[in-house]
Amino acid sequence: MHIDYIYGLIGGLLIGTGGAIYLIGNGRIMGASGIIGGLVDKSGWSTAAERITFLAGVFLMPLMVIQFWDRTETNITDNVVQLVAAGLLVGVGTRIANGCTSGHGVCGISRLSLRGIVATVFYIGAGGLTMATLRHVLGLI
Amino acid sequence: MRNIIAFVAGLFFGGGLVVSGMTNTAKVQGWLDVFGAWDPTLAFVMGGAMIPMAIAWAYTKGRTPVVGGSFPAKPDPKLGRNLVVGSVLFGAGWATAGLCPGPAIASLGFGGSSLWIFVAAMLGGMLIAPIFKAQLEKMDG
Repeated sequence: MHIDYIYGLIGGLLIGTGGAIYLIGNGRIMGASGIIGGLVDKSGWSTAAERITFLAGVFLMPLMVIQFWDRTETNITDNVVQLVAAGLLVGVGTRIANGCTSGHGVCGISRLSLRGIVATVFYIGAGGLTMATLRHVLGLI
Repeated sequence: MRNIIAFVAGLFFGGGLVVSGMTNTAKVQGWLDVFGAWDPTLAFVMGGAMIPMAIAWAYTKGRTPVVGGSFPAKPDPKLGRNLVVGSVLFGAGWATAGLCPGPAIASLGFGGSSLWIFVAAMLGGMLIAPIFKAQLEKMDG
């Protein structure tokens, strides 16, 4: 098996362990967009401290990991229009849908939530169509 | 206690995102690029993450969270416009830059200014999302 798939599986197990700790410990769903969005639109200010400490962990651990992990390329574009358009769509979309890859995907599908499954089908479908359009039809990315 | 649990969960989540390769936008865009050089790594990440999560959901039955309170009830399976429209917008943005909210925070510390531009736009999107969400919910009646 390709080494990337093995790292993917190991990383996935770590992600799921984080979600399991958050669920069993705090009784909360580890959804990145919900945790961030609740701070942005004030809807989650009553639990602001645990949201901020969670995000601090997400931000800090990679800084430690990259000290000994050499696969740290992001390949992120430096096209500002592309970044702003993508960021706006991700921000608006995840908050309208009430979840993203971690909340609807990882946490939702693992409890066989219909909403999680439907959301995941639609964001992967829309992502595939967008990719096909931007890369193969328009040749933009 | 809630904050320590959240921080530890965040450490696992952030570390897992880097190890799995999900902070590499080329791998995410590769997953969505079904008409190009398709990269299945993301399926291994999602699959790996669902193992601890499925165990955690099974564990929650008949129990309460460590900090007290109750576990989140399974959401109403009602599929409204907001779930579909939001997921489609999110998927389009996800493909455009190869980033969703979790990996964006995880690579914020080492990915350079592009990540900060993306996250700023994402936060802006999250700020204006409630306006659109209210409209969609009104249409659902």
